[in-house]
Amino acid sequence: MSAATLTADNPRKIQIALVGPPNCGKTTLFNTLTGGRQKTANYPGVTVERKSGQLRTPVGHTIELLDLPGSYSLRARSPDEAITRDVVLGRQTLEGLPDAVVCVTDATNLGQHLRLLLELRQLGRPLILALNMMDIAEKRGCQISIETLSKQLGIPVVTTVAMRKHGVQDLLGEIDTLLDQAPTTVGTATTDEWQEPSPDAIRAYHREVERLLKEAVIQEGTPERLTRQLDRVVLHPVAGPLILLSILFLMFQAVFSWAATPMDWIDGGMAALQEAVSAQMADGLLKSLLVDGIIAGIAGVVIFLPQILILFLFILLLEDFGYMTRAAFLMDRLMSGVGLNGRAFIPLLSSFACAIPGIMATRAIAHPLDRLTTILIAPLMTCSARLPVYILLIAAFIPNTTVWGGIGLQGLVMFGLYAIGVVGALLAAGVLRLTVLRGNRQALLMELPSYKWPNPMNVLLGLWDRAKIFIRRIGTIILSVLVVLWFLSTFPGAPEGSTEPAIYYSFAGMIGRGLEPLLAPIGFNWQIAIALVPGLAAREVAVAALGTVYALSGNEEAVTEALATTLANQWSLATALALLAWYVFAPQCLATLAAAKRETNSWRWPVFMFVYLMALAYVAALVTYRVALAFGGG
Amino acid sequence: MNAYAEQERQTFEVGRLVKAGLTQSLGQMPRGSVGRILAVSGMGDHDVERGLLEMGFVEGACIEVLHYGLLGRDPLAVRINQSMTVALRQVEANAVLVGPLLDPAGPGALSNQEHGA
Ligand SMILES: Nc1nc2c(ncn2[C@@H]2O[C@H](COP(=O)(O)OP(=O)(O)O)[C@@H](O)[C@H]2O)c(=O)[nH]1
Ligand SMILES: [Mg+2]
Repeated sequence: MSAATLTADNPRKIQIALVGPPNCGKTTLFNTLTGGRQKTANYPGVTVERKSGQLRTPVGHTIELLDLPGSYSLRARSPDEAITRDVVLGRQTLEGLPDAVVCVTDATNLGQHLRLLLELRQLGRPLILALNMMDIAEKRGCQISIETLSKQLGIPVVTTVAMRKHGVQDLLGEIDTLLDQAPTTVGTATTDEWQEPSPDAIRAYHREVERLLKEAVIQEGTPERLTRQLDRVVLHPVAGPLILLSILFLMFQAVFSWAATPMDWIDGGMAALQEAVSAQMADGLLKSLLVDGIIAGIAGVVIFLPQILILFLFILLLEDFGYMTRAAFLMDRLMSGVGLNGRAFIPLLSSFACAIPGIMATRAIAHPLDRLTTILIAPLMTCSARLPVYILLIAAFIPNTTVWGGIGLQGLVMFGLYAIGVVGALLAAGVLRLTVLRGNRQALLMELPSYKWPNPMNVLLGLWDRAKIFIRRIGTIILSVLVVLWFLSTFPGAPEGSTEPAIYYSFAGMIGRGLEPLLAPIGFNWQIAIALVPGLAAREVAVAALGTVYALSGNEEAVTEALATTLANQWSLATALALLAWYVFAPQCLATLAAAKRETNSWRWPVFMFVYLMALAYVAALVTYRVALAFGGG
Repeated sequence: MNAYAEQERQTFEVGRLVKAGLTQSLGQMPRGSVGRILAVSGMGDHDVERGLLEMGFVEGACIEVLHYGLLGRDPLAVRINQSMTVALRQVEANAVLVGPLLDPAGPGALSNQEHGA
């Protein structure tokens, strides 16, 4: 029975998985084959992304294509690679066995990439070998006999140039041929019997690859020069870290300056929407829920979209270019000093936009303890949700003067807050690895791929993906949190003839006032205590809540401006500094805790994360407050 | 030659090179130096051994040490068989034993060097 007839009476789509080592071009191939018809979700139980897309072959088969995480062998070392193994072996309950596997390899590095193919071939399932990056291989004068390779391996072999439409035609043709002849229900015996290869089995694969290449390679290509020359500078012990710092500086500069304009647009748009809805509706609870609860809340979150996208634009570009692994190389020593892995650099960098994608990106870290440590410290990276609070308090309390030859004091304080977050994270990692997460150091073992020009399609589709995830989050978690918060801060209403703002009498007010004695030692008044209640769910909500507490209304900008003046009059400098210190550490984000839960598959670690960060925040605020008081900041 | 004899011969070769003082661990090699991998042991740890093998560190592969980190020469970047660059830490590098690139074609060539030394 052919695959085509099987699908006629079976609604399940034909499924083909792309498998290959990292950086061989799987995602590029996937993007070219599926274009925009792709979607990203998570595999059940883990936050490893499941990228699937639709494609129609020339003959007319409709295929679901899976882009799997890169792996050098089926012996998975990280949660990422475990997904690849599980899908290929049919252990992933969602998929069943894929109907065929396309093993993608870098034609310029077949000596290292063919072993995975041999492992896959052992499984006895329909398999195609794609020799990708053929353009580069040819440019270097490399010649490979496809016929010999195909005959020796006993499977179809094609060459591809992943980012060109016509570069993938051969592959499509082979897929059609395979689907029209191969039965889709091959015995699953071999996939069930699969075992991790022993060291000697891997050595045997090495010898087999050597033999194959001796037969099939007609002309070896010249080794690449450019990457070597660039690396001489990029990985230089002194110049390397300086370059990395400059790139990071440029990146943060861009995040703040480029994002300003689109953020103004979003701000204006949301304010207009708020006004329009306000004007249309009669005063009442529903209007309050819609305008004050939902629209205002969403406006406070959507505003960060431009910053997040710019940060990810940089990350995607650097990744595609091949620089990210170099950054990991340069950072490894510093990070291993506190028991982390150089690979943790990428998740931590993403956490500057938002800890959630950062936590998700830890899935590429192989060692469970390293990974857990990275997850636990990710919230200490200053995410963009802290910015509204920082901006408000700095504007209110830090004089806009310059120190040491033209550096703005306000900017310096902002930088200081970022720096405290980073240093705090490194120290926390060190302490965690010496106490709760004690264990042996793990291997780095990471390929440094050759540099390539970033592929615009990859970058754009990657960005689009990020935007979709962020917006979906707003539509689900954040929206429901906002409704609950609105409820807590609206009910019960203020009694007749009350003097305080309505929120004072609400549930949120009660909780806040209950917390006040606890927060008094660190200099927080009841207004702050109340604002922190909704701020616990999402940091940025605290600014709006402060506005409510001080009975200010208007759009966000007006509130912020008026608030700054009010706060400057009503709070002591010590209180403001203590609140800033609190914000550096406090785990005020339900979504982050939820991500940590999903990622670690237990409640234990998110609870631990919450407790240790709370404790840190309290101590930091306490120390700051007392020291500031001692220096006359009362 | 059967597999067993081949293994014997290799063990003998490695022993000879070690005795001649021509081997060193990958972690000790100076920047820019080249060599051929004689043994990947993992020091009893199968996972380290397999990890190294999977990243291309296999007996017989040519390697070149390209870069070292600033502190403690850690991590290091190594080019394998002129085709792939891999970053690894000293801990792992110490599990790789490296000998001269141009294997002194036989016992004769080696004994020349021994005399020279
Ligand atoms: N010249 C060339 N570059 C390619 C080709 N395929 C992928 N690339 C580039 O190789 C890099 C890694 O590709 P990617 O698809 O992210 O690899 P993945 O890690 O396997 O998903 C990117 O910079 C791509 O633009 C190809 O066939 N030719
Ligand atoms: Mg990819």
